[in-house]
Amino acid sequence: MEINLEEQFQKRIDEEVKIEPRDWMPEKYRKTLLRQISQHAHSEIVGMLPEGNWITRAPNLRRKVALLAKVQDEAGHGLYLYSAAETLGMSRDEMLEELHTGKAKYSSIFNYPTLTWADMGAIGWLVDGAAIMNQVPLCRTSYGPYARAMVRVCKEESFHQRQGYEIMLTLCKGSEEQKAMAQDALNRWWWPSIMMFGPNDDNSPNSAQSMKWKIKRFSNDELRQKFVDVTVAQAEILGLTIPDKDLKWNEARGHYDFGAINWDEFNNVVAGNGPCNKQRLKARVDAWEKGAWVREAATAYAEKRAKREKNKIEAA
Amino acid sequence: MTNKEWPLWEVFIRAKQGLNHKHVGSLHAADYQMAIENARDVYTRRLEGVSIWVVESKYIHANEPSEQDALFDPASDKIYRHPTFYVLPEELNHM
Repeated sequence: MEINLEEQFQKRIDEEVKIEPRDWMPEKYRKTLLRQISQHAHSEIVGMLPEGNWITRAPNLRRKVALLAKVQDEAGHGLYLYSAAETLGMSRDEMLEELHTGKAKYSSIFNYPTLTWADMGAIGWLVDGAAIMNQVPLCRTSYGPYARAMVRVCKEESFHQRQGYEIMLTLCKGSEEQKAMAQDALNRWWWPSIMMFGPNDDNSPNSAQSMKWKIKRFSNDELRQKFVDVTVAQAEILGLTIPDKDLKWNEARGHYDFGAINWDEFNNVVAGNGPCNKQRLKARVDAWEKGAWVREAATAYAEKRAKREKNKIEAA
Repeated sequence: MTNKEWPLWEVFIRAKQGLNHKHVGSLHAADYQMAIENARDVYTRRLEGVSIWVVESKYIHANEPSEQDALFDPASDKIYRHPTFYVLPEELNHM
C-alpha cells in the first residue's frame, strides 16, 4: 500500500504533534522554515547595531548595564535561532554568507538610524513590543527546535520592552525638551514598527501555507491590530501622541482603526534603500572579516592542544 | 588559509544540585573548553545552571525516526507494568 507522506505529515501537524529535525517533511516546509528562522537570526544579530550605537553614551550606569544586557541577549537569541536553523541542513557559514552577500534578508526596522537617547526607549517599547507580539505565538510553532528557541527568547524578551518603556516614562516625566525628544522618537519609530508585521494579508502569498503547516498561528494583520490595540493605552500613560490622524476607536469592531501604511517606503527599505542598509551590512561584513584571524587562531590552538593531549595519553 | 567551520557541540545544563543535566541547545566552538565558556554566556545568563556538559554533536547517536513504532509500540499493551492494573480491596487503603 502506498503511504502518502505528505498527507501523513499534515495529519501530524493537525494533531499538534511537533516535527523534529530527522522526521520526514515536505521540501517546501523545510525551505520555508529555513528562510524564516535564518532571517529571524539575522535580525537579532543586525538588531544589535542600532542599540550598540548608544552603549557608550548611556546617561548613567543603570541604563548602561541594562542596554548592555539587552544587546547581549540579542546575540544569544541570534545564536539560539542559528542553531535551530542548522538542524534543517544549512551550515552556519552558509547562512552568514547569505547575509553578507545580501541574499538573505533581516527585519527592515534595523535599517533606521538611532539619532537620540530616546530611540533606545522607543526601540525597547515599540520594536521589542512588536517582536514579542510576533514571537509569543511562535513558541507553539510546529517545528520543535524553532519552538524551543522561541520559548527561551520570549522568556528573556519581556525585560527588553519594560526597560524601553521605563526610558520613555523617565523622559516624559522630565523637562519639556526631554518629553519632546520622546515624542520625536515615537514619531520616527511608530510607522516602521507597524510595518514589522509584514505585508497585508491579501498581499502575503505564503501566509496561507504557513498557517496550514502551523508555522504561523496568526496572520500579519491580526498581529498588527493586536499591537496597535495594546500600544495606544501605553502611549496615553506616557502622555505622547501616536503620529496617525486616522487612529480612532471603532466601537463596532472593538478595535482601533488606523491609517494607511506607506508600503512604498517599506518595499524601498527591503530593497536595500533604507537610511542605514549599507552601513549595517558593512558593519557585519567587517566584523566577520576582521574576526577571521581569531577563528583561525582558535582552530590552530585547538588542534595543537588535542595533539598534546594525545601525546600525553600515549606516553602514559 | 581557508577557515574551517568550528565543530558543533550539544549543551546540557544542570539547573541545580540534585537535578539531571538537560539538553538546552547547541553552539559552535573550536574545542571543549571554548564550548563550555560559550555555553556559559549563551545558556546561563540568568542563573539557569550550576553545571555544564558539552558533547561534540557528531558523537551523539540516535535511533531512526522510522523505527519509532518498532521500538516503542511493544510497551503500549503491557499495562500490567503499572500499579493500577492490579485490583485490590478498598480497605487496603494505601499500597
